[in-house]
Amino acid sequence: MMRRAGFLTTLAALGLFASQTAQAAGDAHPIPSQEWSHSGLFGTFDQAQLQRGFTVYQNVCAGCHSLRLVAYRNLAAIGLTEDEIKAVAAEQEVDGEPDEDGEPTTRPAIPADRFVPPFPNEQAARAANGGSMPPDLSLMTKARIGGPDYLYALLVGYQDEAPEGVEMGEGMSYNIYYPGNQIAMAAPLAEGAVDYADGTEASVEQMAKDVTAFLSWAAEPELEDRKRMGVKVLLFLIVLTGLFYAVKKKVWADVH
Amino acid sequence: MSNGNGQSGLVKWIDERLPVFTFMQHELNDYPTPKNLSYWWNFGSLAGFVLVVMIVTGIMLAMNYTPHVDYAFDSVERIMRDVNYGWLLRYIHMNGGSMFFIVVYIHIFRGLYYGSYKSPRELLWMLGVIILILMMATAFMGYVLPWGQMSFWGATVITNLFSAIPLIGEDVVTWLWGGFAVENPTLNRFYSLHYLFPFLIVGVVVLHMVALHTTKSNNPLGIDAKGPQDTIPFHPYYTMKDYFGIGVFLIFFAGFVFFAPNFFGEPDNYIEADPLVTPPHIVPEWYFLPYYAILRAFTEDYFLYVPISWLMSAKLAGVIAMFGSIFVLFALPWLDTSPVRSARFRPIYKQFFWLFLINCFILGVVGAKAPDDQVFTWFEGFQYVHLGQITTAYYFFHFLILFPLLGKLERPKPIPKSISEPVLPGGGTVAAGAAAKPMEKA
Ligand code: HEC
Ligand code: HEM
Repeated sequence: MMRRAGFLTTLAALGLFASQTAQAAGDAHPIPSQEWSHSGLFGTFDQAQLQRGFTVYQNVCAGCHSLRLVAYRNLAAIGLTEDEIKAVAAEQEVDGEPDEDGEPTTRPAIPADRFVPPFPNEQAARAANGGSMPPDLSLMTKARIGGPDYLYALLVGYQDEAPEGVEMGEGMSYNIYYPGNQIAMAAPLAEGAVDYADGTEASVEQMAKDVTAFLSWAAEPELEDRKRMGVKVLLFLIVLTGLFYAVKKKVWADVH
Repeated sequence: MSNGNGQSGLVKWIDERLPVFTFMQHELNDYPTPKNLSYWWNFGSLAGFVLVVMIVTGIMLAMNYTPHVDYAFDSVERIMRDVNYGWLLRYIHMNGGSMFFIVVYIHIFRGLYYGSYKSPRELLWMLGVIILILMMATAFMGYVLPWGQMSFWGATVITNLFSAIPLIGEDVVTWLWGGFAVENPTLNRFYSLHYLFPFLIVGVVVLHMVALHTTKSNNPLGIDAKGPQDTIPFHPYYTMKDYFGIGVFLIFFAGFVFFAPNFFGEPDNYIEADPLVTPPHIVPEWYFLPYYAILRAFTEDYFLYVPISWLMSAKLAGVIAMFGSIFVLFALPWLDTSPVRSARFRPIYKQFFWLFLINCFILGVVGAKAPDDQVFTWFEGFQYVHLGQITTAYYFFHFLILFPLLGKLERPKPIPKSISEPVLPGGGTVAAGAAAKPMEKA
């Protein structure tokens, strides 16, 4: 099913026309599609995978990338218990109310707070990343052509050496799927970068897959509700329309 | 007038003083309608239905939306994540915009095929064109509200077009923006107008209906109803048929809302607007693509612009052509010189109709592409801008040259005497000898 393909991309894929957009003008590779448990009409997220992906996000990506649209309490949806959520939140400090002398205070974050960003502002984020801004990841799978497939490809698409003749910029890494191929993010995932609580082996592909699934959930937390409701609504509409058709036929039977 | 069929005391009391019930009975129940309308006639009521859906979901979105450059993007995401069924409201509204245009474009092409713009329906048609223009303005401003990258850059590109107006252009743009760039005042006024315009549309739709009920519906044969044997009351025949149409439409609509809600969208609009980062490829919503292609077809160095280059800048020519491509529809009733309405009886026009439709699709594809991209891998040097120029030229050729000429040159097929005749059992579809007669002034 065309989840993130989009109308314009479909037009481009009409085949008749050479599909060469301005953005892909470099020699970016076509993005291979992956199996996702959440794609398709009845697709749902795999909770165990989301939890593993959350581990990857927390231990790897969160050092640079914010997730500012997601609240800690939302983690209940991926199966964390209330206590676990409280503990995750409490690791971060946020601004509190001023005290009685009007002095600013801080307090530990609570489940109702949004994910606390790793840097206080854009300048700090850029300063720590050689001038580049690690984008917020809350909507990343909706914000790129290719969606989750692109994100996965990006995470596994690093090459140690740029091909012959390609001049790499200062602090840049070569990635075959990134538009222009030069990305300011060094390969974030390395074999065994996290310890999975469920014992799954933390290969680069596994972690890439898991964190992408987690970020897909972060971007579309309503996805399961939406599809569940959609199936019911469609069934209802099909029956209703069938009835309308039957009545219409009956009413029109005498017109000639 | 069919009054007093089972009216209760209160209804009767009101009706004698303010005949709303008689009016409704007359216009929604008895309204005599040609009995041969095809399913292409469903799209008018569908458009009305979508308009209501847009207004209802829009008002509910407005309860949770914040029109401020710092909060707009986040407030839409709050609707998506924290408002109960907010995702549903937003996806209905967002896809509803696309549905509206699909329905209305089909409705318009129906009119083009069956000659529904011809006498006596000129004003009905022109009111429709006004609705289209208002819809386009509404959708354009609505798309700015979520304040994503495409919202911002689309607004910037399109408002900048007005700078092509000689002498006062720059001032007009500053006035539209309420400042020196697309900024908070721009977002605020767009929100205000996005709320207002749908109600203007409702007003024009009412006039559209008054005109319709005065001239009555056209039909696939394009001939007038000659008497009661040609018509049936609107209710229950067409009410039931419209319900069925709405059912089918809702299945289509729901498919997108629930299973591919971002199909018509651009991924870039899920990135918050950033005046410092220009997206690599700025494209409008799909329903504007053909006009966008026409706009960009006028470039300094190519043939469309050369003949008028002494008169105006290429940019101004493009802007005039873009607006002209819609305004030409106002003149259509007089550009088309053929007295025959339905393309069924116009063998040559019928072919050009399909050619025109294909041409519009190609314009849409061109609008989505970067102008200097190659069209075909096997045809060096043929770029989208060239394809856009050919299709733009054809667009205007179709209206300005073909329509007036065809009416004079084409020999229409024989036209049936009445609506009931061709469907009478045993009756042929062609009235014998009609070919020899002058065309009916349909
Ligand atoms: C050391 C800091 C750092 C870490 C850790 C990191 N990133 Fe990044 N990331 C960046 C920077 C910097 C950029 C901006 C790259 C650029 O603009 O060239 C970036 C860009 C991205 C992008 C956007 C690519 C695009 O198409 O624009 C994605 C997606 C992304 N990172 C995902 C991740 C994920 C998932 C993780 C965790 C597995 C992660 N990053 C870990 C620094 C980091
Ligand atoms: C003619 C009918 C209408 C059309 C064609 C239309 C079109 C649109 C479009 C295309 C968007 C952008 C959706 C997106 O990308 O997120 C939008 C957003 C919006 N519209 Fe409308 N709209 C209509 C009526 C209304 C009405 C009556 C209201 C009531 C105030 C309204 C309120 C809003 C709000 C608050 C948004 C921003 C939220 C969002 O982006 O989802 N709309 N509209």
